[in-house]
Amino acid sequence: MVTEVVMPKMGYDMTEGTIVRWRKQEGDEVKRGDIIAEVETTKVTVEVEAYSSGILRKILVPEGQTVPVGEVVAIIADRDEPIPGVAEKAPARERAPQAVKEAPRPEGADEESPRVPASPIARRIAREQGLDLRRVTGTGPGGRIIKEDVEAFLAKRPAEAPRPSPAPVAAAAPHDIPYEERELSRLRQTIARRMAESKRVAPHFYVTSEIDMTEALKLRQGLNALGEGAKISVTDMLVKAAAKTLQEFPEVNASFADGKIRVYRRINIGVAVALEQGLVTPVLPDCDKKSLAQIAREAKELVERARTGRMRQEDLTPGTFTISNLGMFDVDDFVAVINPPEAAVLAVGSVIPRPVVVGGEVKVADRMRVTLSADHRVIDGAVAARFLQRFKLFLEQPLHLVS
Amino acid sequence: MAMITYREALHHALREEMTRDERVLIFGEDVVAYGGAYGVTSGLAKDYGEKRVFDAPIAEGVIAGAAVGAAMGGLRPVAELMTINFALLAADQIINHAAKVMHMFGGQMSVPLVIRAVGGGGAQLASTHSQSLEPMFAHVPGLKVITPATPADGKGLLKSAIRDDDPVLFIEHALLYRVRGEVPEGEHLVPLGKAEVKREGKDITLVAYSRMTLVALQAADLLSQEGIEAEVVDLRSLRPLDMETVLASVRKTHRALTVEEAWRTYGIGAEIASRIQEEAFDDLDAPIRRVSGVEVPLPYAKNLEQAAIPDAQRVMKAVKEVLARTGG
Amino acid sequence: MNHEEKTRVGGKTATKVGQSGLDKKTLLNFLHQMLLIRKFEDKAGELYARGKIAGFLHLYNGEEAVAVGAISALEPHDLVITHYRDHGHAIARGLDVKRLMAELFGKATGVAKGHGGSMHFFDASLGFYGGWAIVGGHLPLAVGLGLASNTLRKNQVILCIFGDGGTNIGYFYESLNVAKLWNVPVVFLCENNLYGMGTALHRASAIREVYRKAAVFDIAAERVDGMDVLAMREATVKAVAHARAGGGPYFLEAMTYRFRGHSMADPILYRDKSEVEEWKQRDPIILFQQRLREEGVLTPQDLEQMERETDELVADAVKFAEESPEPPLSDLHEDIYANP
Repeated sequence: MVTEVVMPKMGYDMTEGTIVRWRKQEGDEVKRGDIIAEVETTKVTVEVEAYSSGILRKILVPEGQTVPVGEVVAIIADRDEPIPGVAEKAPARERAPQAVKEAPRPEGADEESPRVPASPIARRIAREQGLDLRRVTGTGPGGRIIKEDVEAFLAKRPAEAPRPSPAPVAAAAPHDIPYEERELSRLRQTIARRMAESKRVAPHFYVTSEIDMTEALKLRQGLNALGEGAKISVTDMLVKAAAKTLQEFPEVNASFADGKIRVYRRINIGVAVALEQGLVTPVLPDCDKKSLAQIAREAKELVERARTGRMRQEDLTPGTFTISNLGMFDVDDFVAVINPPEAAVLAVGSVIPRPVVVGGEVKVADRMRVTLSADHRVIDGAVAARFLQRFKLFLEQPLHLVS
Repeated sequence: MAMITYREALHHALREEMTRDERVLIFGEDVVAYGGAYGVTSGLAKDYGEKRVFDAPIAEGVIAGAAVGAAMGGLRPVAELMTINFALLAADQIINHAAKVMHMFGGQMSVPLVIRAVGGGGAQLASTHSQSLEPMFAHVPGLKVITPATPADGKGLLKSAIRDDDPVLFIEHALLYRVRGEVPEGEHLVPLGKAEVKREGKDITLVAYSRMTLVALQAADLLSQEGIEAEVVDLRSLRPLDMETVLASVRKTHRALTVEEAWRTYGIGAEIASRIQEEAFDDLDAPIRRVSGVEVPLPYAKNLEQAAIPDAQRVMKAVKEVLARTGG
Repeated sequence: MNHEEKTRVGGKTATKVGQSGLDKKTLLNFLHQMLLIRKFEDKAGELYARGKIAGFLHLYNGEEAVAVGAISALEPHDLVITHYRDHGHAIARGLDVKRLMAELFGKATGVAKGHGGSMHFFDASLGFYGGWAIVGGHLPLAVGLGLASNTLRKNQVILCIFGDGGTNIGYFYESLNVAKLWNVPVVFLCENNLYGMGTALHRASAIREVYRKAAVFDIAAERVDGMDVLAMREATVKAVAHARAGGGPYFLEAMTYRFRGHSMADPILYRDKSEVEEWKQRDPIILFQQRLREEGVLTPQDLEQMERETDELVADAVKFAEESPEPPLSDLHEDIYANP
C-alpha cells in the first residue's frame, strides 16, 4: 500500500516545517511508529513517526528544506509496488506561490541558491520597516521584489509587521556604536511576534503574593524520601496547586476570543522551559485529573523531551494556563507576559529564607513570591487576588496536594 | 508670446543680441547670401552689414580658430559650422584651444565664443552628414554644450550662450527648424546648465534632449492613453549637466529611461544612468534603460534610416519593459 | 641643400649698424636681450637635465636675432602669438624672466600660474598671447585676433610666429587664404631653421622657399637673414607698417638655425655636427657683437657689464623659481570656466 508521508501539523498555528534530519533513508524498512524524521517548527524540533509499515521508497524533501504543512515529504510503500506520479514530482519547491500567500523565500543556505532579488527601493523600504524580504513574493521581472510588492505586503499585515521604530537595523542609525548583527532563529521570531502581540492586545495587570513554603518543602522532602517514582520538584507542586485552584476558578482557565470569553473544560498547564535557543512551553494536559506523583513523572519526561528537542505532538497541546519558574536563578520575583490566548500566567521566584513576624516575634521562614499576570478583559483584580489566596493556601497547607 | 518656428526663434535671438552688443558678429559658410545653410542667418548681413555678418570659405579649421582668436581679441563671435559632422574638422581648435585657454594660461582670459552646428539625422543625408556627435564634445571640460529642443529654449539658450563668457557649442537639429512653439517676446533668457521638466508624471522618468525630447513627449502622450504617466525631463544642456532635476524626478518615479539619437556606447545615456545609480541607488525600482540610435553609420535608404533612429514606438516599448511584471 | 647653400642662404642683410637709424642705447639693448635669451636657454637646459624642469623644453639657441629683431618693430599695443619654442619671444616681448623661470618650474608665481609650462607662456598685459603647442594651430587664432583689431578698430598688428614645419599643415593654407580675404593686419613670420623636429625641410615641403607659399595667395612675402638682428628688424618694420596701414597680411621667412636639438629629448641624429659648427660661425650674438665693436658702439666694459647683468638676471630668476611655492591643489578646479 502506498502511503504518502506529509509534513504534519504539530501545533495549532504551525504553517510549515523544516526537515532537519531524515532518520531513515530511501530503501530502509519502516515499521509503523518508527521515527523517520526530525522536523523543526517555529517553536521546537519534533520527531515525526511513520503511520504505516513498508519501505521508505522515496524522500521528496531533502534535509534543510522547508515545506508547508500537508505537503508530501516521502513515500512509504511495499518494495516493488509501483509509485504513481513520483517520477514527475520534483523535490518540493521551497516556494509554492499558490499554496501559501506569504511563503517565505529560500534562505540561500548554500552558495548556489541566489539571494532574494529585490530593487534597491524595495530593499530600503523593507529595511526601514524591519521586514524580512524572504516573506515577500516578487512580481517584477524574474521574480524581482519591487516597491509595490513590499508596500502591498505591509498593507495587508500591519499587525504582524513590527513597527518601524524598533526596526532591528535602523536605516539611519543615530549612533555609531559598533555592533554584531544576529539573525533571528525561527523560535526567536515566534517569541518576538507572540510576546509583542500579547502585550499589545491583552491589558495586563499583576498581583503578587508571598507564600510560606516551609510546609510544602517538608512534604516534598518526605515524599521524595519514600523513593517511589519520580522525584517531586517545587514546580510539580506548583502545577498541582494551580490545577486545583483553576478547578475552583474556571474564569481564570479561560481566553478572550471574538468578543466573548471561552472557559475551557480541560486544565492544560504549560511549564515554561528555558532552552539555549529560547523559551518553550510544553504542556501537561488535564492536570486536574492527575496526581502529584503523576504530574511529577510526566513533567520530568516532558521537560526532558523539550530539552533534547524531541517533543511530540501531544506536548504541543494547547495550554490554558502557564507557570514560569525562575526560582533556580535566585530571583526575588518577576512579572511574566501572558502566553496568548491564555488569560493568565504565574511567575514564580526563588524560595528564600526571610524574616517574618509570627505572633509578634520575628522568625525566619522559607518564602516564595509569585506574581499572577492577568488579562483584564477576562479577569478582574478581585478574582485574581482570590485566586492567589487559594493557591497560596494549597501550598501552605500542602496536604491538599496529595489528597 | 508668439507662435514661431525653431528657426525663427534662433534668428530672433541672433538679431536681438547683435543689436544689443556690437561685439557680436557672425561668420561661417554661406551665412550671407545663402542665409545660412538652414536659413537661420537670412537677412542679417543686409541689416547689420558685412563687417558683422560675413562668409568664410569652406575651411572649418580656420573658421573655428579665427573665432577663438576673435573672442580672445575682444569680440563675441557666433561662428556657424553648418553641421556637427564638419565640426570634426574644427575639433582641434574647439577642444585644444577654445576649451583650454582659460585654464592653460592661468585664468588670464576666457573665450566668449558660440559655435553653432546642426546635429542629428533623419533627412536621408547618409552617414557622414547625419551624426550626433555631442558626446564627444560634452566630454571636454572647458566647453559648454547646449542642445535646445523647442523654439522657446532655442531662443533663450542662444541668447544666454552669446552672453556667456565661455566657449559654447550650440547644437541645433535639422528636423526641428520647422517645429512651431510658443516663444516669449523680448528678453527671454534660459540659463545654461538647467534642465526642464517638460511633462510631469509619476510612473517613469524619461530623460532626453534635442529632437528626442519631442519623441519622448510623443511617447508619453501615447503611454498616457494606456494609463502610464511618464515624466519627461529635457536636459537642454549637456555640459554643464543638471543632474539635480533628473534626480528629483527619479526620486519621485523610481524608474528612468534615457532617450538619445546618438549611439549608445559611451554616450549621454550612459552618463545619466551612471550618475542616477550613483546618487539615487536606493530610489530605484528597476534598472535604468537607454534608448539610443542604432549603433551603425546612418544609411540613406528611408526605411533603414527610420529604423535606426529612436521613435515614439521604441520608447513606449522600452518603457513597458521597464514596468513589466511577471505576475501578482 | 648643399654645403654652400646652407651657409649662404640668402635673404636681405641689413645695412651697417651706423646706418640703421638706431641709437646706441637701443643697439646695446638688442645685444643685451639676445644675451639674456641665450643664457636663459642654457640655464633652462641645465636645469632640465637636473630634473628641475619637466615636460618638453624647446630651446632657442641660435635664433635670438629673429625674436629680438622682429619684436622690436612692434608697438606696445600690438600682439605676439607664437609656437611652442617661445622663450626667446617672451623675453624679447619683455616678460619677466623670474616669472618665466617660475613657470618652467611649475610654480604658482609663473606667468600662467604653473598651468602651462614651457610651451604656453602667456601675458595678456604685455600683448604676449602665447605659447601654443599644436603645430600650425595658432595661425587661425592670429587671423581671429586680426579680425578683432579691424572690427574694434584697435589698430593692432598681430605678429604670428611659427616654424618651417608648420607650413605644410592645412591650417597654414586656410589661414593665409582667409587672412588675405579678410584683410587682417597679421605679419606671418616663419622661423625657417631648416628642420621640422627631425625632418629636413626638403623632405617635408615640395618647395624650399617657404615665402613662395604665401605669394600664392597674393600676400607680400620676402626672405630675411635671421641671423642678423638688424636685418630682422628692418624687414619687420616694413611688414608691420604695411599691415598697420591696412595693407593686409605680410609674410616673412627668416632663415635661421637652432644650435640645439628640437627639444631636450632630441638625440639629433638627423643632421651632421659639421653643419651645426658651420652655422655656429654665424652665431647671431657673436656676429652682432663683432659689428658693434667694429663700429665702436660696444666697449669691452659694456660687454662685461652686460654679461654680468644677464648672468645676475638669470641667477635671480632661478632663485625666485626655486623659492616660489607650488600652485595650491585648489587650482585644479579653478579657471575652467569664466562663468562656472
